Amino acid sequence: MVQEDKVLDARGLNCPLPILRTKKALGELTAGQVLKVVATDPGAVKDFEAFAKQTKNPLLEHAEAGGEFIFFIQKA
Amino acid sequence: MDEKKLAIIATKGTLDWGYPPFILASTAAALGYATEIFFTFYGLQLLKKDLSHLRVSPLGNPAMPMPVPMPTLMMVLPGMEGMATSMMKSKMKAKGVASLEELRELCMEAEVRMVACQMTVDLFEFDTADFIDGIELGGAASFFEFAGESDITLFI
Repeated sequence: MVQEDKVLDARGLNCPLPILRTKKALGELTAGQVLKVVATDPGAVKDFEAFAKQTKNPLLEHAEAGGEFIFFIQKA
Repeated sequence: MDEKKLAIIATKGTLDWGYPPFILASTAAALGYATEIFFTFYGLQLLKKDLSHLRVSPLGNPAMPMPVPMPTLMMVLPGMEGMATSMMKSKMKAKGVASLEELRELCMEAEVRMVACQMTVDLFEFDTADFIDGIELGGAASFFEFAGESDITLFI
């Protein structure tokens, strides 16, 4: 299990807010640190993959539990 | 230069059509694109400090989901536009969709360049003092200066 350095609660937010808040939160981390994002927007799964790929911040892990989507993104 | 660029022309000034330019611009900026929005004609409404005047009309908008099917003639009745507007606003709030003001603010924070079309500002006699701070005025040639180097150009 990946250990996070910071948690972002993006539950209840809809596109594009989870991504925009993630971008902002990553800006507050240093390279190598991990951000955990919890979202409820079903579109987030594809969006976080696309975000990670395009911004080169690796998506270390993602999971779904009880209607919540959890992402671990490492700051490049 | 390896920075990607996105150029958007925003031409519509209704509550619904105000969303695509700001959603795409803020997301592109988060993905690392240098982004510019050129606001022209009714799109200029999106630059006003106060956006509470933006409405959505069910008239001539047959794809708009309505709680009960209504004949087109009903759509011209007084209050229909206001009703549709407040319905959409409360729906957006309930679904966690950002307000236009919030998305625009996120665009500004992400340094999205916003350019108001000088010709249509003059045409409609807009007072630029009513616009948000940090925007520029420009013409078609200045749009192409950026769009010509862009990877993506969208007309909305």
